[in-house]
Amino acid sequence: MMLKLANLTHTSYIIDNVVVVDPVRNTSYPGHVAIVEGRIDAVERGRAKEASLPIYDGGGLHLAPGFIDIHVHLREPGHEYKETVASGTLAAVAGGFTAVACMPNTNPAIDDPSVVEFILKQAKIAGRARVYPIAAATKGRKGEILSEYHELVAAGAVAVTDDGSPVASAEMARRVMEYAAPLGIPFIEHCEDMAASGEGVMHEGFYSTKLGLKGIPAHSEEVCLARDLLILKSVRGARFHAAHMSTCGSVALIRRAKEDGLPVTAETAPHYLCLEDKDLVTYDTNKKINPPLRGEEDREAMIEALKDGTIDCVASDHAPHAAHEKQVEFNAAPNGSVGLETMFPLLVKHLVKPGHMTLPQALALITNKPAQCLGIPGGTLARGVPADLVLFDPNEEWTVRADALHSKSRNSAFIGHAVTGRVKHTLVDGVSVLPAKVGV
Amino acid sequence: MSEIVYKSTLLDRDAIRRAVKRIAHEIVERNGGVDGLVVVGIRRRGVPLAERIAQYIEQIEGRAIPVGALDITLYRDDFQVVTKQPHVGKTEIKEDITDKIVILVDDVLYTGRTIRAALDELIDFGRPKRIQLAVLIDRGHREFPIKADYVGKNVPTSETELVEVHLDEIDETDEVLLAEKQP
Amino acid sequence: MNTRKHLLGLEGMSAEEITRLLDTAESFKEVSERPVKKVPALRGMTIANLFFEPSTRTRISFELAEKRLSADSVNFTVGGSSVSKGETLRDTAENIQAMKVDMIVIRHSAAGAPHFLAGLLEASVVNAGDGAHEHPTQGLLDMFTLRERWGNFDERKVVIVGDVAHSRVARSNIHGLVAMGVEVVVCGPPTLIPMNIERLGVGVESDLRKALDGADAVNVLRIQKERQAAGLFPSIDEYARVWGVSADALKHAKPDCVVMHPGPMNRGIEIAQDVADGERSVILDQVTNGVAVRMAVLYLCSGGAAIESEEEQTTTEAKTTKGKQVA
Repeated sequence: MMLKLANLTHTSYIIDNVVVVDPVRNTSYPGHVAIVEGRIDAVERGRAKEASLPIYDGGGLHLAPGFIDIHVHLREPGHEYKETVASGTLAAVAGGFTAVACMPNTNPAIDDPSVVEFILKQAKIAGRARVYPIAAATKGRKGEILSEYHELVAAGAVAVTDDGSPVASAEMARRVMEYAAPLGIPFIEHCEDMAASGEGVMHEGFYSTKLGLKGIPAHSEEVCLARDLLILKSVRGARFHAAHMSTCGSVALIRRAKEDGLPVTAETAPHYLCLEDKDLVTYDTNKKINPPLRGEEDREAMIEALKDGTIDCVASDHAPHAAHEKQVEFNAAPNGSVGLETMFPLLVKHLVKPGHMTLPQALALITNKPAQCLGIPGGTLARGVPADLVLFDPNEEWTVRADALHSKSRNSAFIGHAVTGRVKHTLVDGVSVLPAKVGV
Repeated sequence: MSEIVYKSTLLDRDAIRRAVKRIAHEIVERNGGVDGLVVVGIRRRGVPLAERIAQYIEQIEGRAIPVGALDITLYRDDFQVVTKQPHVGKTEIKEDITDKIVILVDDVLYTGRTIRAALDELIDFGRPKRIQLAVLIDRGHREFPIKADYVGKNVPTSETELVEVHLDEIDETDEVLLAEKQP
Repeated sequence: MNTRKHLLGLEGMSAEEITRLLDTAESFKEVSERPVKKVPALRGMTIANLFFEPSTRTRISFELAEKRLSADSVNFTVGGSSVSKGETLRDTAENIQAMKVDMIVIRHSAAGAPHFLAGLLEASVVNAGDGAHEHPTQGLLDMFTLRERWGNFDERKVVIVGDVAHSRVARSNIHGLVAMGVEVVVCGPPTLIPMNIERLGVGVESDLRKALDGADAVNVLRIQKERQAAGLFPSIDEYARVWGVSADALKHAKPDCVVMHPGPMNRGIEIAQDVADGERSVILDQVTNGVAVRMAVLYLCSGGAAIESEEEQTTTEAKTTKGKQVA
C-alpha cells in the first residue's frame, strides 16, 4: 500500500508511479525516483520494486526538476507592501519554482553584503524556495560607482545588474563587465535607451497611435543591447546576459553575437510569448510592462528564438505592485506583472500545446538552462543533487484568477487567461514546501 | 411580441375625408373665422392631418393659415420607464404662437399623455390665447383630465384593442383599422 | 438597432450609427433656437462633469447641453491625475458612484481614463477628451458642421493639419470620417505624425500644399508650444511658414474648401488671421453645433440607450394591414 504524497513526512523515500521529465536529456518516461536524505539517489524507469524505503504514490503525475526563475522582484527590503521574500517564495513554490534569483531594485538596493545576507536570512526563515540574490552593478543603481562585487559574491550574490534601469553610460557598462569578469559572474543588462523611451508607456506602433499612448520604440532596447555587445567583444573574460528580450531586432543582434562566439546569454518572459501590444486596447494597467508588450512579429520572433536557442531561457520578471498602484490612469501606473504562478502553465499552453517544442524542451527553459545562464546549481535530476522537484499535471486546464494567486500582489497580466498544466507538489531538499491549499 | 389580429375598418378613405372636412368646418365656426388661427400637428400622423385641416379651412375661408409640427419625444413622461430612447424628430413652429388660437391635431386620443406632453411643449414656445384639440379618433380610456374639442369619430374600445391610423402621406393608404392583440 | 451606454470614442462606430447621431443632433439644434431653449428630457438625471484637465469651452458646451436637457449637473474640476492627490482613479470613481450620479462626462490628460471608469461604474460615461486618444463629441460636431454644409459625405476630401501625434481631435475625426467614406489626409511635420497612422485608413503628406490639393475641408489642429520645447520641431516661426494654413496655401484646395479649428486658436501660427475670420471659416458654427451634438449624445446614452432609425409611435409599434396580420 503506497503512501500519499500529501502526507509526506520522510526524508528518505521513493516516489513511484510518475512520468519522469528530464529536460537535460530531453526525454520523459514512466518511472520512479528514490530520495535519500533529501538528495536524489536514483531515477529509474518502470515501477519501484524493493521496499527498503517507504513508497509514496505519484499518482501518475509528471515529475521534473524544480523550476528556476532567474528574474524575480521580491521587493524586500523596502517595498514589503508589494511583496516580501516570504510571500514571493510562497508564490514561487505555488508555481513549481524551487529557486529564484531576485533583483536588486530594492530599498536599499542590493549593493551591500548586509542586504544580501538579510535576504538569504529571510529566505531561510520562510523555508520555501531557494533564493539567489543578484547584486546591484553600481552603488544605489545610479550608474556612478561600482558596487563591491567581491564582498557581494562572498555574501552570496550570483550576478550583477542595475535592473529596473540600464547602466546608462557605455563607459560604466564597460567597467562593470571588466570588474565582474574575474569573478565569473554575469552582468545582466536591462537593455533600454532611456532617452529613446522618453515618456513612452507602450510599444510604439499602430496600437500606440490608435490608443493615443506614447510609444517606446523597439530600438530603445536594441540600441542598448547593441552597445553592450560591442563592448563585450573587447572585454576579456566577461559574461553578459540580456534580460527580458522583447523585440525581433534584439533576437537578430543576439543571434549574430552568438555566431561570433561572444559569451552572451539571453532570456525572454512569458508575456512576450503570448501577449501583444494589441492586448492593451482595454488600457489594462496589469499589462503595462517594461519592456512593453510588442507587436505580432516580435512575439513570433521570440518563439522562434527559443526554438533555435538564440534566447536561452524564460524568466518571469515577476514584478508585484499593490492594487492601489495599478488602479490608476494607464500613464501613471507602474510597470510590471506578477508571473511566478503563471509561467509554467503559459509555457505548456503556448509552446508545448501548439507543437513548438516538446514538454522536456519547454521545461529546459525554466530548469537547467536558466541555471547555466547564472551559473547556479539546480535544474537537473543528477544523482546526488538536492531533491528539488516538482510534480504536475501537464493537461489540467484552468483559468487564472486574481484571488487564487499567492503573491502579495495580484497584478497579473494574465487574469482571465486560459492556461494548461498545474503544479501539484513542490519539494525542496526532498521536503514538501507547498501548503496544502495550493493548487486547489 | 403577441400577435395582432385585424378586426374591422373604422373609417375608410371617404369617411376620413368627410370627418376631416367636418372638423375644419367646426373650427371655423367655433372660432368665428380664421383670425389668429395656427394648426399644429403632433408627429407623426397628426402632422398630415393638420395639413389637411388647414387646406380645407383655406378652401372654406379663402385664406391660408400657418401649420406647425410638434415632436413631443423630449416631453414624454415615460422617459425613466423605457429602456431605449425613441427617435427624436424635429419640432417646427415658425409662427409666434403668443395670443394665437392653436389647434392641436393628433390622430388618436387615448390616455391623454401625449396631449399633456404636447401642451407642455407648446407653452415653451409662447403663450397662446387658447389651445383646442382636434383628433380623428377618440378611443376613450383617458388617464388625464383631457377632452377633445373636435372629434372625427368616437370609438369605444377595450384596452387590448389597437386603433391604427394609416394616412397617404406616411402609409400610402387612407384608413383607420381596429385590431386586437392576441395574448 | 445599436445600444449604447457609453461614448468612449468614435473608433468602430458604424456609418449608420454616426448618421443617426447626427440626425438626432439636428433635432436638438432646433431646441437651441426656441424661445425656451430647454426640454424636460433628462429631468431628474444627475450628470457629473469630471474635468481633470482644464477646458473652458468643452466644459461650458457640455454644461449648456445638460441644462437644455433639464439634467442636474455638477462640475468637478481637478488638476492633474488622481495620483497627484494621493488617491487612485478607482477611489475617485467610487466616490462619484456613492453620490448616485447617473452619467459622467470626463476629460482627462491620460488616454484610457474614461475606459477605466466605464469598466468600474454603473453610470454612463461620456468621453470629453482623453489624452491623445479620442475626443468623440468634437469629432461628431466637426462632422455635423461638415454635413450641414455638404448635405452628405459623398466624394469628399478632408485634410487634418498639425500635431496629429498628440491630437485626440485628429483621431476621432479620422475614425468618424473614414467610417463615412471620406478621404482623409493628415499633414504636419514628420516628427508629429504618429507611427503607422496610415493603417487607420488615411493618407499621409508632409507638404501642406500637396495635401490640400482638391480638399473640400481642412481641419487645423492647435499647435502646443511645449512640443517645440520638447524638440519635435525647431521653431514656431518655421512651423507657421511651412504648415500654417494661409490664404495662399488654401489656393490649392477647392474654392469652397471649409476651414475648421477645434479651438483655441493660435492666430498667425497654425492658422492665418484672415483665414480664421474668412468666409470659408466655420469655426463659430462648430461651437454652436457642439451644444446640439452633445445634447444628442447625452440623450442617447442616458436611458441605457438605443438609437432607432424607424419611426416609433407612442401607442403602437406593430403595424396592421387589412386582411394580413403582422406581428
